[in-house]
Amino acid sequence: MQIELRNIHKHFGPVRANDGISLRVQSGTIHGLLGENGAGKSTLMKILSGYLSLDSGQILVKGRPVSIQSPAQGIRHGIGMLHQDPLDFPAMRVLDNFLLGRGSRLRQHRARAKTELLQLADRFGFPMDPEEMLSTLSIGERQQLEILRLISLGAETLILDEPTTGISTPQKVQLFATLHRLAAEGRSVIFVSHKLEDAEELCHRVTVLRHGRVSGEIEAPFQSAQLVRLMFGQDLPPSERATIPTGQPVLQLDHVTLPGPRFSIPNISMTIRAGEVIGLAGIEGSGQRLFLHACVGLVRPSSGQILLDGQDMVGQSYHHLLKSGMAFLPANRLEEGLVEGLTLAEHCILTDRENMPFFVRWSEAREKARQKISEYNIQGTPDSPIESLSGGNQQRALLSLLPSHLRLLALEHPTRGLDVESARWVWDMLQQRRRQGTAIVFTSADLDEIRERSERIYVFSGGNLSGPVDATETSTTELGMMIGGKAYEIA
Amino acid sequence: MKLPRQLADIGLTLGSVLLAILVTTLILIAVGAPPGEAYRNLLAGALESPVKLADVMTAWVPLSLASAGLLITFAAGLWNIGIEGQIVMGAVAATWAVRLFDLPSLLYIPVVLLAGMAGGLAWAVLAGVLKTHGNVHEIFGGLGLNFIAAAFTNYLIFGPWRPASRATMSGTAPFPSTVWLPNLGGLRVSPLALLAALIGMIAVYVALRGTSWGLKLKAVGKNSRASQLIGIDTTRQMLTSFAICGALAGLGGAIQTIGVYHRLIPQISGGYGYLAILVVLLAGMRTVWVPPIAFFFAAVGVGSPRLELRMQLDSSLGGVLQGTIVLFVLLAYGLRVRLAERKSER
Repeated sequence: MQIELRNIHKHFGPVRANDGISLRVQSGTIHGLLGENGAGKSTLMKILSGYLSLDSGQILVKGRPVSIQSPAQGIRHGIGMLHQDPLDFPAMRVLDNFLLGRGSRLRQHRARAKTELLQLADRFGFPMDPEEMLSTLSIGERQQLEILRLISLGAETLILDEPTTGISTPQKVQLFATLHRLAAEGRSVIFVSHKLEDAEELCHRVTVLRHGRVSGEIEAPFQSAQLVRLMFGQDLPPSERATIPTGQPVLQLDHVTLPGPRFSIPNISMTIRAGEVIGLAGIEGSGQRLFLHACVGLVRPSSGQILLDGQDMVGQSYHHLLKSGMAFLPANRLEEGLVEGLTLAEHCILTDRENMPFFVRWSEAREKARQKISEYNIQGTPDSPIESLSGGNQQRALLSLLPSHLRLLALEHPTRGLDVESARWVWDMLQQRRRQGTAIVFTSADLDEIRERSERIYVFSGGNLSGPVDATETSTTELGMMIGGKAYEIA
Repeated sequence: MKLPRQLADIGLTLGSVLLAILVTTLILIAVGAPPGEAYRNLLAGALESPVKLADVMTAWVPLSLASAGLLITFAAGLWNIGIEGQIVMGAVAATWAVRLFDLPSLLYIPVVLLAGMAGGLAWAVLAGVLKTHGNVHEIFGGLGLNFIAAAFTNYLIFGPWRPASRATMSGTAPFPSTVWLPNLGGLRVSPLALLAALIGMIAVYVALRGTSWGLKLKAVGKNSRASQLIGIDTTRQMLTSFAICGALAGLGGAIQTIGVYHRLIPQISGGYGYLAILVVLLAGMRTVWVPPIAFFFAAVGVGSPRLELRMQLDSSLGGVLQGTIVLFVLLAYGLRVRLAERKSER
């Protein structure tokens, strides 16, 4: 089924997620949609399948303009989407999940549906027990069920969002065979991914998005380097970097395995030294957050040792580690970092653990807040509710609330959503910390930031950790390749 | 900028109270009762004489103590529905202490009050531990514990603690008068109980306003995830807030036994715990509003039996008035939040 998107615009507040995207998917083909985090892939596909409404633009199905306001309408036009995190009901049986989304007849014909499910499953070679509870199925099997369900609902265009994350290799092989078969039957498949290898292996044609726009469209066969350039942009010349001598190891990870919800990350060994900056690259959700959490004791490794100054810290509480100079700065500043509804002065009281008298000394707290406001150049007053500060000022406030002495600082997207000036200021503050011997580990979606700010870079890709790479010698292309899951030999 | 908003808030609350009175009036008209006379009877039943006023204050004491406790758990973001059972267990523990000891009044009364606080505290901490360590939501845990507390009281009254003569619904044998809270001039209200309620309210006000413990509690209530990352021991905060709330509720229960009934009776709390939830909701969780609102609720409760005596109306009409007011005030706040969201979306 031929699908055409014309000049799609969608913005969320000031963010232009889709900024005039046009795309044509031919029937009987597998069309890849590539791009890094925040490139606009998921937004575009949610618009096409009816989960999001568009601001402006046109959707044409078989050449006729249509309006898709809900997923139910999407499926009526023959468009069905498989989400990255399955939107199914683990507490229900396989058959019940299969029955969902079919009209609103009072009586569901379970027996008939069961036959249909078994026939479909047989046709595609999926082993399927209709009476099993969904919660006992693997991600890959749930995906298979979802494909069958969408097909039985009449989907002629299937959208798959990052379907190869978290499934086993045989399941991936089977998935790809299924997709080829669907295409051969005349259906079209839109394959959303950041994995170059998968796209190269599977797709007939690939559209690359970058910053909400189409940055290129290529026919198979593809060249990885070309795709990476379209995804991440041109290599920038490395900028000047401050040289800060590194000291003794602060944190050592020794064959650590981290348990994640979809996959675990095995066998991490790493040494982080005082004053060093380590950048963590990868598509969001590839395990970076898990790693940062493990560094500060918020997640307990399932095996291996984490040594803090040579002492095993596994099993020690986060509170204890906070006291020994570890800190974590989350990306969701208002959800995890700061307490909405409390003022800056109140935050000062709460974070000053060494000096917390039972009866609050309000004038002292305000004075302290005033000092931080001038020292960290925060636009606000001691009595401003923290949520009234702008994003940049919230980040400044968070940094100002950190204890004066830190061994290790784990930061999640330290400059996300900040303007250039604020971002530079954040890094100036971090450089000061480094000079005092603080080791820094951070994640970022911006490869330039990672290259520019870190000394060594590790890359997370679908449950694997690769690296380290020397930040002065690597290129955006090389990192992009690694993020895309292309094998890269450690130099 | 700030003043008009506060005025609008007060206007909104007053408007919804008026609306609630209007609805109650319509109900009165529907059951064929002259509304004016009904309200007059309600007011007179509560306030016409010092005796009546003393009765209102007697009801005000446990209601304020429970409300004060709930301010603490609400600040921590907890729905301590189990407060009813905590009052009951306070009464049970107080009765146990009365039966165990025989002391001079000066020692007897404080010991019994402390025992009551301990009983309420233990029952509340149980609900807290169920939440923090057993993953049982405090609403369900508390509700279950309420039933257990009520059943346990009945078992004691009809079992081990039954009067020597025979077991009856009217409760245990009366306590020795040495443990009775002293009354003032033949009125039912005890100045000691009033003092306890007042101290409880002030302590809660100070704890929430001026201590780092109260600040941590508010942080946990507003965002427990961020609080934990900041370094607050959220489990400890929740448990201590349960403990303090339970102690205040238990004190209320103890006062019911040695100050009002002078024995343990079934239904010793009589729903003050649930009523206190309405008080705190109506006060918008602001401490200073709790005593007057608790007074109003106590007055409606004391005045409404007269509707039955004089006008053959059901005394539960008082409860209808209380409930409608809370509903309309909450509705007004809900609508305001919704309107504000709409505005910010545009």
